[in-house]
This record gives sequence, C-alpha cells and structure tokens, in this order.
Amino acid sequence: MKTPEPKNEKPTVCGGGLKISVCLGSPCLASGAEGVLRALREAWGEKPIAVIGTGCMGPCSRGPMIRIERDGYPTAYYERMTPQAACTTVAAYLAGAAPEQGRLAPDFPFIALQTRVVLEQCGRIDPCDLNSARAAGGYRALAHAIGKMTPEQICCEIGASGLRGRGGGGYPTGTKWELVRAASGRRKYVVANGDEGDPGAFMDRTLMESDPHRLLEGMAIAGYAVGARDGFIFVRGEYPLAAQRLGAAIVDAGKAGLLGRNILGSGFSFRIRLRIGAGAFVCGEETALMASVMGRRGQPVIRPPYPAQRGLWGSSTLINNVETFGCIAPIIRNGAAWFRSVGTPGNSGTKVFSISGDVATEGVLEVPLGTPLRELLAMAGGVSGGSFKAAQTGGASGGCIPASHMDVPVDYESLKGLGTIMGSGGLIVMNDQRCMTDVARFFMHFCQDESCGKCAPCRTGTQQAARLLDRIAAGEATSDDISQLEQLCRFMRETSLCGLGMAAPTPVLSTLRWFREEYENHVRDRRCPAGVCAMEGTPCRD
Amino acid sequence: MPRLTLTINNRSVSARRGESILSAARRSGSDIPTLCNLGGLIPAGACRVCLVEVAGYPRPVPACATRAEQGMVVTTDTERLTAARRMIVELLLAERNHSCAVCVMNQHCQLQDLAARLGIDHVRFAFISPLAGVDISHERFGIDHNRCILCRRCVRVCDEIEGAHTWDVDGRGAASRIICDLAQPWGTSATCTGCGKCVQACPTGALFEKDAPTKKATIDMERLSEWRRSRK
Repeated sequence: MKTPEPKNEKPTVCGGGLKISVCLGSPCLASGAEGVLRALREAWGEKPIAVIGTGCMGPCSRGPMIRIERDGYPTAYYERMTPQAACTTVAAYLAGAAPEQGRLAPDFPFIALQTRVVLEQCGRIDPCDLNSARAAGGYRALAHAIGKMTPEQICCEIGASGLRGRGGGGYPTGTKWELVRAASGRRKYVVANGDEGDPGAFMDRTLMESDPHRLLEGMAIAGYAVGARDGFIFVRGEYPLAAQRLGAAIVDAGKAGLLGRNILGSGFSFRIRLRIGAGAFVCGEETALMASVMGRRGQPVIRPPYPAQRGLWGSSTLINNVETFGCIAPIIRNGAAWFRSVGTPGNSGTKVFSISGDVATEGVLEVPLGTPLRELLAMAGGVSGGSFKAAQTGGASGGCIPASHMDVPVDYESLKGLGTIMGSGGLIVMNDQRCMTDVARFFMHFCQDESCGKCAPCRTGTQQAARLLDRIAAGEATSDDISQLEQLCRFMRETSLCGLGMAAPTPVLSTLRWFREEYENHVRDRRCPAGVCAMEGTPCRD
Repeated sequence: MPRLTLTINNRSVSARRGESILSAARRSGSDIPTLCNLGGLIPAGACRVCLVEVAGYPRPVPACATRAEQGMVVTTDTERLTAARRMIVELLLAERNHSCAVCVMNQHCQLQDLAARLGIDHVRFAFISPLAGVDISHERFGIDHNRCILCRRCVRVCDEIEGAHTWDVDGRGAASRIICDLAQPWGTSATCTGCGKCVQACPTGALFEKDAPTKKATIDMERLSEWRRSRK
C-alpha cells in the first residue's frame, strides 16, 4: 500500500507561529487527507509554515481533519477538509482571520471531554518521525526505567497502578509481569497483541498508526522488567499502514540506540520484530497468536500451561494488548498513584473506545474507566437517525446494553453484571431502526466464519446457531427453535476450548436477555418489529 | 515416582504426578467417554466429549488434557455433562453425512458407539449435509471426508508417531478439511509411507482400507440389543 510520507521538512513552528497538522490515520486517508496534505505543502512549501502529518485526532467520521495552531488564537479543528477548503482556510488564517466554515466548536465534546493518557500524543506528533515523538516525551520513561529502576520495582509499580489488561480480560497486568519475571528459563519473550479483530474495534490501530513509539517504549520497559530480550508485535494483516509505521519506527528507534543491542548504553538489549497476521480473528486468542508467531497454524491450544509458564518456543512469554503497553510509559513517568487517581477504584486509568454506528460522530474516545455510557454517547454527539436502542460492547464476543441501563459506569465489573464484556473497546451504538435478532445473526455468522474448527462445540455449534438465527430472521422458526438456540448457546459457552467459542454465543444470549420479545415477534407474529428482516408472506411494510 | 491423591466420583484415587484425570479415572473404574483422545498421542482436548467437572473450577475441563492434582474433586457423570456430551455427538452427527448403513465402520465406529452409549435416538439439529468429497486415489486406502469428525487423530498419529506429517488441516471452521501434503490426492503424496496408522487411528469410517471393511461388518446382535435398549 502506498501511503504518503509525512516526514517533516520544517518541524519548527514559524510563519507567525502558524502550525497546521493534517491527520494521516487510516480513516482520514480514506477520505482524502493525502490530497489535503499535498495541497497545503504545495501552496506553502516555500513559505515558513509548519505543515505536518500526524496521527488520529479522534473524530474519524469527520475526516479529513486538520488542526490549526497559532499564537494568540485558540487551537482550531476543521472537519471534512478538501484540498481547496484547507488552502482557503489557511490563507484566511494568514490574513488574520479564523474562518467558521468547517470549524468545530472550541468545546466540541468529542475532543474537549477526552482524558488522553494512552493517546496523549496521537494527533500531535508525526508518527513517522522519531524526533517528533522524543520531543513530546517519548522514550523518557524507558530511560528512567532502565537507568533508575530495578525490574522488581517496575513490576511492583505496574501492579500498584492497578492497570488491568486492555484486551478485554481485565487480568491485572502487574501480576502477569511478576509471573513472567519470576519464571525460570534463560529466554523469555514479550508479545504485543495487535490482532484487533472485533467488528467495530479500531483503538489499537489508532495507537499503532499514530504513536508507534509509545508501543515500542512500553514493550521495551516490559522486556527490561521481565528479563526478555526479544519482543514480537502481532499486527493483523488488515492493518498495512500500522505495520508499515511500526516497521519504520522499529528501524528508527534501533538506529537511535533506543532498541536493539545495549539500549542507551545500559547493557540491556531488546529486539522487536513484527509479525503480520493472515486474517484470522482467532489469532487474537493468545495461544493461537503464539502459534501464528511461531509460524504454525493459528489455532488455540488448551490452557494451562499459560503463556507465562510455557509460551513461545516453550519459554515464558508475556502477552499484553497494544493498549496495555500504551499505558506503561505514563505510569512510569507519573507514578502508580497518579494512574490510580484516574478512573474508579479497581478500575484505574483510562480506556480507549472506538465508537461507531448510529452516532453523530464516530471515532476514537479515551475516557476514565467508570464513565457512564450516557456520557460517552453525549460526547459522540448523541444517537443519530432515531432514539437509542442498544450499544454493543466487546464486538462479536460481547453483548449489548439496553436503554434502561444507559447510566451504567463502563468498567469491567459493571459490564459483566449486564451480561456483556468490556472487550477491547469497540462500542457500536444502535438506534431503534435496528433489529436485535439481525444483530445477533450477524455476529453469529461472523463467529461461524472465524471459528478455527478445532473444537467440536464451536465449529458445529456456530453453524447450527447461525442456521437457527437464519430461520428466525426468515420467519420460519418455531418457539421451539428459540429454546433450542438458547440451549445451544449455553452449551457452547460452557464447553468450547477457547475464548472465541466461549464468547461466540454472548450476542445471542444478551439480545435474548434484553430483547426477547423481538425474537418472539419474529417467531409468533412472523414480523420484524424494526422492519429489517425480510420475511416472506408477511403483510406489506412501508 | 511421586504420587498424589484425588477424588473421582466420590472415590479416593491415587495418581502419578503429571497423569491426566482421564487415565486416573479409567484406572479407578470410572469410564469417561472420549473421541479425539488416543493413547500415545499428545491430547488435543478438541472434541470436548471427555469434559468433567472439577470442584472450584468455573467450567468443565477435558479429562484427557487436564492433569490430576492433589486433592482435586472430580465428577465425571453429572446431568449437565451428559447433556453436553449428547449435544456434542448430535452436532457431530448433523455436521456431515454419517450414513451408518453404507459405512465401512458400521458396528465398529466410535461415534456410533458413543451415540448408543449416550442413548441418542434422534438428532435435534438440521443435517447440514455438505458435499465433503472422497479421495480413493491411494492404492490401498481411501478417505471419505463425509464421515470425518475432524478429531485429527490421523494428523497427530502421522506427525507424532510415524513422523511423516502427511496429513494436516486446510481451511477453518466448517470449511476445515483434512488434507494430504499440499492438498493433493493421497495417491500422489510424496511423504505418505503407506503405514496405515491413520486408518487405524480413525474413530469413524473416514479413513479406511479398501476392500477390507466387508470383513469387519458382521452383524453383532449384542450391539443391536444395546441400540434397542438405549432407545428406551
């Protein structure tokens, strides 16, 4: 894939202090950010204006986004820029005006209300420029950790911060690090799980594309803390830009002595290699991911032994989600107590959510854990196209939250109590035009396609459940089919080998819990209340 | 050899360290049904038929792949487990085409035996009936994918015992197929040694020796009465 080269030629801010940042994240690139950047560079390449390409600024559905900073003016964000509009806007700025056209309000909630910890530099630095990352504090935590802290202290600090795995499980990160640190064996590995496969999840992509050095820094600190010399980043094959920027970042950091042999002259060596996935959702499961890293067929094996005991090539391995690694540097820099002060007790820190679906603004949000769902929706500008019906968390492995629970604080335990999961942070908002049976059917078909086929309950169960849901959607089901579906789903949850199979029935069980009458409408009245499922022999619909 | 003690179905059982629950249970007289397990192979824990309940564990665990631990309290035969086992076997029966009447392993099939043992007299699910294909290009053996339950005993025996790794799995989920070498006809395989271990390992009639089955298929009255009993 050909992508623009956002390397800065003029990183300094001049030209009356005018600094223009153009978002070069995947969503903005898809809507034409490359042309905007080129037009701005062509128009003002000669004149002393800093035009830089950055990572994601947040409101992805409003791309291409640009940000204009100028001394004496408030920072302004402009949405849906075309090359022409961008040039006009900048020209107006040079003339001393700040045009309204396309400008987001100064208190635009999507940007103003975020608490950015993991994404603090996303949209601010040039992801392809190591100097830009270092100028913003990148690798300072690594230098501090290697220079001033012992591995035990680091594990302790991470433990004290209360950080929990951001991949969805919520396992205490400090405990995991300590397990790997204490494990015997000469070789150990650190693995970053960047196989973000859930429909509606794009937080990790945002971080990898917008601030790749943050991930590398977190992994290197982890390597030092657990005694590993090798790290792998597993990036899903559908993220070519993330892989490209990570690859370039690894090379740059290596050249600067921040990765590789004898980091910063400390005697600690840590090498990071990239592994690109081949398009399997199940590779997000840690044992399948390790199999894939080792060049084997990506399918899970039974745990225990856990990766901390026996991971890559039989050695103790630390696997964390990309976002978890993104939390490490701020914790080392600011201390565990600071991290605990964000969020709620037992759920410290922030969580990045990718909010999409029927909302006014889709994009990436970072908020303290425990923020009510209602607030998240308000930040995204509220529900569009109808009234709020449900929000799906955790993608295909999660469930939905109905309108009656909109005030639920979004943390690990509260979501579990509602029969869903935090998951990696995908949040799909649905309005009242959506059919929940159809949603469950979509996710079940997704799981059927993504099942690795190793264990019988998941391979055969998803096939049968998808068929039952097809029958329900087609108005051919009987009430017996609903109870059979429920039975089958409970069975899969109990008996499947890995997390994919255990979680595959969650969307069905969750929609059955909150929207059972919709299923019954489909079966009893042969009617889809939302008018989504096309049924033969039903009375004409509008 | 260090030993440990655990409780299986209310009986105190002694086991070697590192021994599986399955093996300890069998020695103590609790017969846990299995399908993908085969003595001598690394357990896969894939068919989930041997699931047992262990006190304090949140969900059932496969007896073949779980080590016995000191003080463990195991139950192998609860209503919940029986229901799960029935469900698995029914799902397997519905997945491909298990036409016992024309199967070379009729009366000798472990899937059939298991169905009888669990008293399965009907299948609740829709028969998917894919056209899975047959490969009889090998001189002595054949593979009928319609009868395959993807237990991978053939894959593992060929890899772990014979060391040839002729078999592997192609595709995923419902599209999974046992393949020979680089998905080529068995008869053209460069790695197959013709040892026949896979045929011996196959629990169903998916892998078979050509012309041999008719010798096996003698009517077994005892088994027939077992079938009949189970219907009641």
